[in-house]
Amino acid sequence: MFLGIDIGSSSSKVAIVDENKELKAVSIVNLGTGTNAYQQVVADALQQAGITEADIKYTIATGYGRMGYKDADKQITEITCHAKGVNFLMGDAKTIVDIGGQDAKVIKLNENGQVENFVMNEKCAAGTGRFMEVMARVLGCSLDDLSPMADKSTKALSINNVCTVFAESEVISRLAAGDKVEDVARGAHVAIAKRVAGMCNRVGYSPKVVMTGGVALNANLVDALAIELDTPIEVVPHCQGAGAIGAAVFAYEIYNK
Amino acid sequence: MAEEKKLTSKELLNELTAKHYEGALQAKAEGRPVVWATSICPDELLNAMDLTTVYPENHAAAIGARKEAMKFIEHAEGIGYSADICSYARVNMGYVDLQHAEAQDIPLPDLIFSSTNICNTVLKWYENIAKKLNIPLILFDMPFNHTYEVPDNATAYIRGQLENAIKQLEEFTGKKMDYDKLAQKMEMNNATSEWWKKATDWGKVKPSPLNGFDMFNYMAMIVCMRSSEDGHKLFKLWYEELEQKAKEGKGPWNSAEEQYRIIWDGIACWPHLSTTFKLLKKYGINMVTSTYPNSWYKVYETNDLDGMARSYTGNYANRNLDYGANQMEQLIKDFDVDGVVFHSNRSCKLMDFRTYEVQRRITERTGCPSVIFDGDQTDPRVFSDAQYETRIQALLEMMEKNKEAKRRGDI
Repeated sequence: MFLGIDIGSSSSKVAIVDENKELKAVSIVNLGTGTNAYQQVVADALQQAGITEADIKYTIATGYGRMGYKDADKQITEITCHAKGVNFLMGDAKTIVDIGGQDAKVIKLNENGQVENFVMNEKCAAGTGRFMEVMARVLGCSLDDLSPMADKSTKALSINNVCTVFAESEVISRLAAGDKVEDVARGAHVAIAKRVAGMCNRVGYSPKVVMTGGVALNANLVDALAIELDTPIEVVPHCQGAGAIGAAVFAYEIYNK
Repeated sequence: MAEEKKLTSKELLNELTAKHYEGALQAKAEGRPVVWATSICPDELLNAMDLTTVYPENHAAAIGARKEAMKFIEHAEGIGYSADICSYARVNMGYVDLQHAEAQDIPLPDLIFSSTNICNTVLKWYENIAKKLNIPLILFDMPFNHTYEVPDNATAYIRGQLENAIKQLEEFTGKKMDYDKLAQKMEMNNATSEWWKKATDWGKVKPSPLNGFDMFNYMAMIVCMRSSEDGHKLFKLWYEELEQKAKEGKGPWNSAEEQYRIIWDGIACWPHLSTTFKLLKKYGINMVTSTYPNSWYKVYETNDLDGMARSYTGNYANRNLDYGANQMEQLIKDFDVDGVVFHSNRSCKLMDFRTYEVQRRITERTGCPSVIFDGDQTDPRVFSDAQYETRIQALLEMMEKNKEAKRRGDI
């Protein structure tokens, strides 16, 4: 059995593949680096697969917290792991949009499904999951409710600030001026979509465009990005776990080399 | 007489750096004028006039490397300079007020000698200082070259400014330009530039005897000693040492082997020099070259003011995108590199402006993998270790994949 662990800034993910390279477990805990969530998520994945730690032959760690995970045999960046995971789950993808807790990246794949080029957001939270968290808080809803809220929007409204802190004040003043929460929520989704679309243009995207990362669970954002790019976007199954799955597949491949 | 111990080029570099700054402080103490000049300027004119010159960009870099920049940056921001202005400028303008750095002290200027071939920020940066200190400013306006080659009208325009600068210097010093001496300085400048280029060309050898981060250190002297005998001696010695290393098959470091070869585009992150260097070295990644060897390859016919004008305005940063992309493509081929690291330097809008497009073109033409990371030349706040590490590792993974494909014969 082969384990991949992706320790992100706001969640920890583990995937396990077996000797036939078949996916046996995917577990996600919404606590990231700096917590003990990895123990919990590893235990859960082992249980799902019906195995114990001793059955794991090789482990790859990825994500922001990869260097701190002591049980890993090797570390691989989330860029390469997401590409591998997507290639495993959806072989014909050409462009990956991965939006996690603290970074957003767009990865261009070559014909073999390997990384050809990638771009990442600059060192700020604009266009990331953290931006969504801040928006949810200021709009008074849970992260899960943000997307259905934006679905109810009837009026296009733009949030101009890309800086998370400034966007927060902009949203507050919008609400104070009487704009509806659902329109502001949609505006926030469109703001992220525009920023990510800029990254897609930079890397030179081509279809099929797929999304991974926790933010892919937000259907309204996927829709807003598809409109910005004028191309359909598919959400990868186990989108949040795609990096961990890629890491587990690497563990299998490296061990069996 | 006891035989003088032969210095290594590194020892000589340190000695000359100390001598350079001591000389400037001494000149000021003795009441002789001090000039502040930009890093790629026709300072043969200053040397021919025996003027003592200090280069604030070198000084700011030294302050950055010494992790002392914040004191000056905070001061500059405190008196109203925006955080969006180049950090070299903020450090230098802060220094004008504070006048003391642990890294190195420099005397305040009596004359400014500034040239816009490196960027447009220098225009206002030095104008401010000249105004504040009430000192004369000699400015070379070297317009951006939108055509591939330097156009004749630009050459004529700059030649006129060189002639005018000579008059301004004659007025400032109260003596006539000694044209024989100027010719000697030009000759020395050419010769030193040749040794600088030849030394840095050792990066083409595999493994490269040159560690590119050393080049960052030697760069301070090609800025300020092109037309001096000392500079000539230094770069010739450095060349000979690298030649010897290459003959012995020695790579860039004693403690590790060169596994991958990269171009580092842009200046160093001086406050994070060690972090940025060590991570690369950990994976055997050696920076074998950059656009800097050519930036100080200032070679022209002695006494040819047109040639001098063309050379100084023909600097990489002052050339159009086609030229920039072609240069980078040529470096990728000549130095046989595995990847490119682009430093997206918050201070340097001019360089950042072209980065994405140069990256796109070289990827298309060569397939050479590359990454961009965010940083700054002297502002330590604009850099994240973890983000740098992820990008470098991602580059490593792409380079590994290419190497493996080459081994298998796929490429």
